[in-house]
Amino acid sequence: MSPTARSKPAAKPAAKPTAKPAAKPAAKPTAKPAAKPKLAIFGAASCGGCDIAIVNIHEHILEVAAAFDIVLWPTVMDGKYSDIEAMEDGEITITLVSGSMRTDETVHLSKLLRRKSKFMVAFGSCASEGCIPGLANLTPRKEILDTAFSTSSTDNPDGIRPVWEFEAPEGILHLPEFEPMLRTLDQVVDVDYTIPGCPPESEQIWAALQAVVAALKGTGPLPPKGSILGAGESTVCDECARKRDVKKIDRFVRIQQVAAFDPEICLLEQGLPCNGPATRNGCGALCPSVSAPCIGCYGAAEGVVDYGARLMSAYASVIEATKPEEIDKILDGIPDPAGQFYRFSLAGSLLRGSRSAWQSDGE
Amino acid sequence: MTTQAPEAPAPVEVVAPAGTFEPVIIGFTCNWCSYRAADLAGTARVKYPPNVRLIRLMCSGRLDPTFVLKAYAEGADAVLVSGCHPGECHYIEQNYKAMRRFQLLQRTIEALGIEPGRLQLVWASAAEGVRLANEIARVTEEVRALGPLNWPAADLVDLDTFSLEKAWEATGGDVEGPPKAPAGANPDHPKEAAK
Repeated sequence: MSPTARSKPAAKPAAKPTAKPAAKPAAKPTAKPAAKPKLAIFGAASCGGCDIAIVNIHEHILEVAAAFDIVLWPTVMDGKYSDIEAMEDGEITITLVSGSMRTDETVHLSKLLRRKSKFMVAFGSCASEGCIPGLANLTPRKEILDTAFSTSSTDNPDGIRPVWEFEAPEGILHLPEFEPMLRTLDQVVDVDYTIPGCPPESEQIWAALQAVVAALKGTGPLPPKGSILGAGESTVCDECARKRDVKKIDRFVRIQQVAAFDPEICLLEQGLPCNGPATRNGCGALCPSVSAPCIGCYGAAEGVVDYGARLMSAYASVIEATKPEEIDKILDGIPDPAGQFYRFSLAGSLLRGSRSAWQSDGE
Repeated sequence: MTTQAPEAPAPVEVVAPAGTFEPVIIGFTCNWCSYRAADLAGTARVKYPPNVRLIRLMCSGRLDPTFVLKAYAEGADAVLVSGCHPGECHYIEQNYKAMRRFQLLQRTIEALGIEPGRLQLVWASAAEGVRLANEIARVTEEVRALGPLNWPAADLVDLDTFSLEKAWEATGGDVEGPPKAPAGANPDHPKEAAK
């Protein structure tokens, strides 16, 4: 399904710096405005980490600026939504959307950008599978608002709640409406490519951007629609240097309970719930290399329909017990199964959230 | 495995009174024991409720948790997993794997608000046709008592037609709908306070 963008670009960086500076000054006075493809980077419900990861490609960002006319990137530069609205459909070549769909404003803007863009990229874990904000799908909206506005840590004696529509002296004000459930980008609009990761590794972003730039210039193939860019096609375990010796475990431990893990042996086999078996590779197995478990930020591995299901399957295989009571005792070591198995992928999973959250949408 | 003489069919009420909820139960059976038990029930004319849709796997250890979640997401009210008795697996120990997946899945679906009773595990040897039929009848009645699961179809509410007021009421929130500010008056607003 997905050709890896990782392997391809190796040869390209060499060609680029030489070709680009020569072309740029010459192009500037003549055909600059029409020639450059347009790029928009939009953060919906996101933490901003994806934007930082983009900037973390360091001086390559200048090449991005040279290759594209950046029309919208709220985190970094000024840009008006009205300018986007005024564009022709499909005028923007690529839009990267980081962040999930939480308010009607982000949904509206994502639909707008989809109309105006040739290629829509779900950038990062939030846009592709919901990420940490997606865990809000375990809770009905009312409870989320109660927690946010009426807990003991909030000084709100009158129980004031956000108002979606407010009549101010200047006229009616509209605030973004908090939707009943959080959605991923592809649950709202048609998505062409996905770049996974929370956030995506910067060199992977650069590799993916190079692949796209090469395709636009006609020097490389255009990845097929639906491709996963900037990641591998296997699992984190595949990249992890730790040894697996098919040992079974009789208990799960929490990371703070163990003074030092064996640096050579698989963390899951040492009892630490590690999400490597279900997670797509591409990060370089950074966490397990420093004895921290994989938490699954690169999303579901190739061919996995439901991330949590794959992980449950993997954990069940490694547990050493044949009696229901023994199994139960071991499973008590995973106190929050929904959080463990769906930390990054709840909104994009088969069930998408809890039953109570679904029931808050007024079906 | 010995074949036992078919016992007298257990009196199972197959036809439910009109108007009652008929649950849809997806049953995963293994090729060597439980599917044959169901087969035996058929040959012996043992009646069991038609609510269960049996799917044959080679082994209960083949049961990917994805199958279970997909069944819920696409309209099943419950899932029944069935395999050889512990220690009698055709593939030596894979039914233990099924047992562990089952117990892990039960915890996870409970965290997602699905009653653990909507996922059931029944061991049945190839000779236990009557037992399997009775278990299916029991599971059907338990799920009937739980009511429909009604997991929403994959497409979330269309926001263009979505009514916030209805959603707010559905949460058990204010009957009048989402809170509205008193028209034009917000004493805390800096501009209002300055007046």
